[in-house]
Amino acid sequence: MSRTALLACGGGLIAAALYPLLFGGSNYAVNLGFLVLFAAFLGQSWNIAGGFAGQMSFGHAVFFGTGAYASTILHVSHGWNPWLAWPVAIAAGAAVGAGIGTLSFRAGLRGSYFALVTLAFAEAFRILANSVPFTRGGLGMLIKSDPHPANLQFRDPIWFYYLALVLCVLSLALAWWLTRSRFGARLAAIRENEDAARALGINTFREKVRVLALSGALCAAGGTLYAQKYLYIDPSIAFGVDKSIEMLLVSMIGGAGTIFGPLIGAGVLHFVSEVTRELGGALPAIKNAQPLALIVYGVILVIIVGYLPDGSMGLFRRRRALPQGQGHA
Amino acid sequence: MSKRDHRPGVTRRAFAIGTGALAVSSVASPLPLRAQAGPIRVGLIHPVTGFVAYNGQQSRLGATMAIEDVNKAGGIKSMGGARLEAVLGDSQSKVEVGVSEVEKMNEAGVAAYIGCFQSPVGIAATQAAAKYNTPFLIDVGASDLLVSRGLKNIFRLKPGFGKCVDDGIAALGALNKAAGGAAKSAVLVHESGEFGTGTAKLLAGKLPSIGIEAKELIAHDNPTRNFDNIALRIRSMAPDIVMMSNYGNEYMLLARTLFQQKINVAGMFSVLGGGFNYKFVKEMPDVAQFMMDTNHWFNPRSAAAQALKKRVEAGGALFTFEVYLSYSNVMLLADALERAGSADKEKLTAALASSTFKAELLPYGPTKFTNGQNEGGRPGVMQVLKGDIEVIAPAEFASAQAVFPRPKFT
Amino acid sequence: MSPDIIFAGVVNGLMAGGIYVLVATGLTLIYGVLHIINFAHGSLLMLAMYAVFFLFRPPLGLDPYLALPLVTAGAFLMGYVLYRGVIGRLSHGRDENILLITLGLSIVADNVALFLFTGDTQTIGVAYAGNYISLGPALVPLPKLISFGASMLICALLGLFMSQTDMGKAIRAVAKERQGARLVGIDVENIFAVSYGIGIACLGAAACLLMPFFYVSPSSGHVFVLIAFTTVVLGGMGSFGGALAGGLIIGVVESLAGLQFGEQLGQLGIPLVFILILLLRPTGLFGRQ
Repeated sequence: MSRTALLACGGGLIAAALYPLLFGGSNYAVNLGFLVLFAAFLGQSWNIAGGFAGQMSFGHAVFFGTGAYASTILHVSHGWNPWLAWPVAIAAGAAVGAGIGTLSFRAGLRGSYFALVTLAFAEAFRILANSVPFTRGGLGMLIKSDPHPANLQFRDPIWFYYLALVLCVLSLALAWWLTRSRFGARLAAIRENEDAARALGINTFREKVRVLALSGALCAAGGTLYAQKYLYIDPSIAFGVDKSIEMLLVSMIGGAGTIFGPLIGAGVLHFVSEVTRELGGALPAIKNAQPLALIVYGVILVIIVGYLPDGSMGLFRRRRALPQGQGHA
Repeated sequence: MSKRDHRPGVTRRAFAIGTGALAVSSVASPLPLRAQAGPIRVGLIHPVTGFVAYNGQQSRLGATMAIEDVNKAGGIKSMGGARLEAVLGDSQSKVEVGVSEVEKMNEAGVAAYIGCFQSPVGIAATQAAAKYNTPFLIDVGASDLLVSRGLKNIFRLKPGFGKCVDDGIAALGALNKAAGGAAKSAVLVHESGEFGTGTAKLLAGKLPSIGIEAKELIAHDNPTRNFDNIALRIRSMAPDIVMMSNYGNEYMLLARTLFQQKINVAGMFSVLGGGFNYKFVKEMPDVAQFMMDTNHWFNPRSAAAQALKKRVEAGGALFTFEVYLSYSNVMLLADALERAGSADKEKLTAALASSTFKAELLPYGPTKFTNGQNEGGRPGVMQVLKGDIEVIAPAEFASAQAVFPRPKFT
Repeated sequence: MSPDIIFAGVVNGLMAGGIYVLVATGLTLIYGVLHIINFAHGSLLMLAMYAVFFLFRPPLGLDPYLALPLVTAGAFLMGYVLYRGVIGRLSHGRDENILLITLGLSIVADNVALFLFTGDTQTIGVAYAGNYISLGPALVPLPKLISFGASMLICALLGLFMSQTDMGKAIRAVAKERQGARLVGIDVENIFAVSYGIGIACLGAAACLLMPFFYVSPSSGHVFVLIAFTTVVLGGMGSFGGALAGGLIIGVVESLAGLQFGEQLGQLGIPLVFILILLLRPTGLFGRQ
């Protein structure tokens, strides 16, 4: 990494660390910052498999929910400390990732087929969570509020912000490593042309299972953090398709397969969402104005895709001559 | 894509966007104004978009009408006629967004919140509001988890599903006794979420106490496309009573399917049946005839309730339970503000906690909060008779005599 | 379970499957030709259902079955214009962009409906809704029998169209070999738009058949989306015969699993079939290897 890039990264980190102080302790701003960082972190977990390795998933909520449920069940039903339950949840996410990866990649699923099978897995997990006794089914699971750092609960939202910042920075570092390491290079080769990668002697099956496990582990870490912040999960919250879509969106809007794509995507989407929602609330004169906000949100989404086909990161990559529009793959 | 493409490195511009997006997203977003003298702000958090948008919109309608009415009547008199001002929020049916709205409204200086319809959103949003000790009035939200966490800032005027089940069971027991024990068995059909599952389990536990055996609990997903098979199973079990706890669309589909398949039962009795309303009765009078429901209802003998019903219907909307519950919650808040003489959170919380507010629109006794739950709240038991909805219990609010068992299909 | 109940369950499943077939046929056609997963499918179905609802209401009072040609043609036009005006133009020929655009369109469509029609659930009350036919131990409501028959008929017509007409042959040519089709002078962009239009037209027909026994609200289209994906995968993505068989199989599996394991856990049958088919035979039952 060049000196300037290093400096820039350090500066950015300092700015992010100081951000909560800039707004005079506004919890709204802190909470918004948390949401952006959290979405960026989840988006990065998607990006690692979907962007860097080209294994697009529609069902990443399966990992998110696994993490949320694993730590919550250990904590609520078995009295574990959430800090201890967290690594177990991460391991569970990795295991589910490895499991789904082994099954799907063994069957040779690629592209849309792989995306659809992840969607189906998430749906199967949602129905299971709704039906089996140890998740308390549709009743959901409530975590007792006991704000104390030792319980991974904080009275002041600023600590969740910093926790999300740490996770986000770690995920950025991981993404950066993927652009530098041999592992990352193998993934890129798989993304560009899997058959060619295999011909080069890459064990594509093993690499893909690994990357899905890694992605699942990260995403599950997010699930635990979510449960600890909001203190309640149910099958639709944990395994719902909304979560999967959001992870995919922030990544692809920002630019899939780039280091900063998910962060930018999360920033852009939350910015648009907050502003449009604010407008909806500020227009009581128009009866039923709130849907207008989401209409504007949807239109902006289409426009971003239409005019920044590489995602927002494409804004400053476009100057480099890139092969464009390879047609329908 | 070229190899360079996925190795963009960390350029200065890349970085600037990376962190800039963060800062911009907060700076450019219109940050709410700080609290200011003048109107008393009330935060309304409802899911006005998303899967349960209709219910959220109905709640918002009721609450905003009540705020208008309070202001028209001269505002809060003990505070020099201070006006109420609604701060409108949309939870989009999402927990995170609901919490975000709580934070935003806190900085807009709201004196109290009213919301949230969905229990999961309510659970997280009340928790967030508890940090600021801001009172949170649950207008709709069935889960008893809401009031079981020891939070001091929560007030729920309406009864929870525990109370609705108890009253429903008592009413059904009385009906069955009067009919000489015509019903001996029941099948319960419920949605698989927190609300339906909790209600059905409570019901199944209590049915034996009135001499009715719960043959089976049938859970279904939301949304469910097709109730033909559930009808098939009900037919094969031949229960005397079908009990249902589900949301509007599934309630309507199930009722219509059972009617079309001409399944003979002594009664269809729901607890918190989501689709039991005037629209259902008007659009499917044959299906709705003789169906019974235990639910939040207005007091049919209250002139104020009838007047509000006319106003709501004149505006082209339906007088559903969300409307009068949210309306009544604003009135409960106005009453507490009047007695506290201040929008100070501590004083307001104390005034709410000691409230003896008489909910004029509702068939309730005087308000008495215990751990945030109003002990005076109770549901009505209704039956569709001759194309209208009549209250059949509690007796002092009844507008008609129940028909049980219902006539058989021929 | 008694044989009577199993029989009735199979009949119920077939009736439900008829609708899945129609919704999935549109999806599979769009996938087969354009190689995209149309995320706007549920939302467009919902819009078509609103069209049926408003046509039924006074002043027009048009019966949903009589409205079928009109709504189907309108849906085709809508699909064609959407592709020409938005999807084709903004996607720059990239699959992942098409996916995001259909997702964005879906958000817009849902909220336009919410804004214009509110979130209230609407139904239509046709006089014959309560009529039913006895098939042995099964009671089949008349509208479901009609929807099943009409759905089969529409599939047959579509099959004829694809195999007999020049346009149908051109669509199949583009689906099979895009570059080759271009070389022999087929206007590929036009074929894309027509295919998308036909896919949406199937939704128009499905909407007319559904409304007599279902309801419409801004989110009611999504009720059929996962099931349509499953059907498409089961039948083999891009295969017509597959969508037909897949829809009926899914209907019956869902029905019998619901009877055996309860409606809640029985729902697990759908993603499980989906996963198993993908893992064991990813080309589907009828897809080409």
